[in-house]
Amino acid sequence: MATTTPDAQITARERSLRVRLIPYVDRFGILFVVLAMILIGALTQPEVFLTWRNLSNLPGQNAANAVLAIGMFVVILTAGIDLSVGSVLALAMMTTAVLAREGFPPLLLIPLPILIGMAAGLFNGLGLTKLRLPHPFIVTLGTLNIARGLGNLVSGGVPVSGLPEVVRFWGAGNIPIGSIQIPVSLIIVAVLYLGFFVFLQYTRTGRHIYAIGGNPQAARVSGINVDRTLVLAYVLCGAMAGLAGLLVAGRTNSGFPNAGIGAELDAISAVIIGGASFFGGRGSVLGVLAGVLVIGLLRNILNLNDVQVFWQQVLIGVVIILAVFLDVIRRRVGSANE
Amino acid sequence: MTQAESSQGTEQVPLIEARGICKYFGAVTALEDVYLKLYRGEVLGVVGDNGAGKSTLMKILAGLYPPSAGELLVEGQPVHFSSPRDARDRGIEMVYQDLALAGNMRIDENIFLGREWTRRFGLLKLVNNAESLRRAKEHLDKLKIEVKSVKQRVEDLSGGQRQAVAIARATAFDARVIIMDEPTAALAVKEVRKVLDLIKDLKHHGIGVILISHRLDDIFYVCDRVMALFHGRNFAEAPLAETSRNEVIGWIMGNKSPAAQAAKIFDLN
Repeated sequence: MATTTPDAQITARERSLRVRLIPYVDRFGILFVVLAMILIGALTQPEVFLTWRNLSNLPGQNAANAVLAIGMFVVILTAGIDLSVGSVLALAMMTTAVLAREGFPPLLLIPLPILIGMAAGLFNGLGLTKLRLPHPFIVTLGTLNIARGLGNLVSGGVPVSGLPEVVRFWGAGNIPIGSIQIPVSLIIVAVLYLGFFVFLQYTRTGRHIYAIGGNPQAARVSGINVDRTLVLAYVLCGAMAGLAGLLVAGRTNSGFPNAGIGAELDAISAVIIGGASFFGGRGSVLGVLAGVLVIGLLRNILNLNDVQVFWQQVLIGVVIILAVFLDVIRRRVGSANE
Repeated sequence: MTQAESSQGTEQVPLIEARGICKYFGAVTALEDVYLKLYRGEVLGVVGDNGAGKSTLMKILAGLYPPSAGELLVEGQPVHFSSPRDARDRGIEMVYQDLALAGNMRIDENIFLGREWTRRFGLLKLVNNAESLRRAKEHLDKLKIEVKSVKQRVEDLSGGQRQAVAIARATAFDARVIIMDEPTAALAVKEVRKVLDLIKDLKHHGIGVILISHRLDDIFYVCDRVMALFHGRNFAEAPLAETSRNEVIGWIMGNKSPAAQAAKIFDLN
């Protein structure tokens, strides 16, 4: 069924370089931002920024946010949100730390926080789909408070320090490859991102998550079990929050009940900076990784340049607004032929 | 298939049949004791005013809503649909009025949504994009639907093209019944004709089509039989050859015939 626009006009427009570049800018624009930041870092701190000592700190500092962000991304793809991940992180971390202190078998301490996270995610998912709470904001806001409270209850509100070697290994360990030490957290993030990429791009369930974000009614009438897929998205997000709790516990060799306060906002920021749509159905795993890197590099560069931490927060806020504004402009250009 | 063909001479078994369907939404009665039959290679037009219950009835046939009471039969077998998937598995497809497409996804992904082509990768079953694109292209060619590329996102398509994708999705597998809810409402004149000719094509392939339309031109161009709902009940029904536009318009307004209309006015007084 033909459009009413003359074909000649369409092709002339399509031949212009600017229009042909749109899909690439669309896909890789945020990576240029990352490259630009690396350049700025290298130029402002030439002796420090590109050293292994500085760069090898980045995975540890950003692994928790990277893990939270990839889980958050899955939920945001469904046009949802999970505000509870920071609290769930703390709950998983505190439970692990307390049980470690009580002599729980160290090897069971690895799956434990992830299972706690999954349970929280299941609660969120069922609250959304079975209780029919109107928006995931509500149920996850409830869980934010519940999990934070429980995290304080299990520990009596006090930090626990000193964790078994196996937990520390996950958060702060290194695996020597040749002469360099590869941080375990880096490997975890790499494996996870690859796994989520395959899941979201190449499995039926992954595609259904995109479809639900695009049009839940289309998904429903196509025979997709929308509720089950949504629950799965929240369980995955919760699992990532639990894993992030394990990583933070390992990295700090402790459990502290105030861990992860505001972490959900960092995760959401990374996802949005990475180009995902807040309204669901749009975004890529690569974009999320770029979003995490933008936030991590920004903090690192500002730290190296002795910028006050308060200014860092101001700048991250500016970056979020700029990133989404660029996205708005990009869409306006992209749809100018309509 | 052979069974249906051999029985064509004698009494045919309807492809789909609704018996005494009722549907209540809280205190609201959407449908009350509604009957419907659709045969092989038949186009049934369903007319009625807004709120007459047409869309609700279709959504029940397509498995989106469970009926509050009544029975559905597919080729004589009682069925119970708990989701659109059950209906689709029985060869009943619906083209929704709002099209129900995911704008963020490719044309082929929309056509095969919920029934993706996959291939094994060791333990993993992964989506086979090459197969999906090829099959979608093939299917659109068969329907004589032209698009620049099946890789386009649906949100970048025109209204007519979107309608075509929705129809392509309904016909992508061996559908026996296709329900179309106002498929021409949002289309340009040229596109309307294409959709209607497509319906005729489907009919010639032995598919049963239910067409909901406000446009009597559509109904009188493609339908074999027309039935009217009024206030959620069966109101009237006739082979197309035995009725007229004016009569059908009367049905939509709730008038059986001039005489009945007079009687109604008389009743009210």
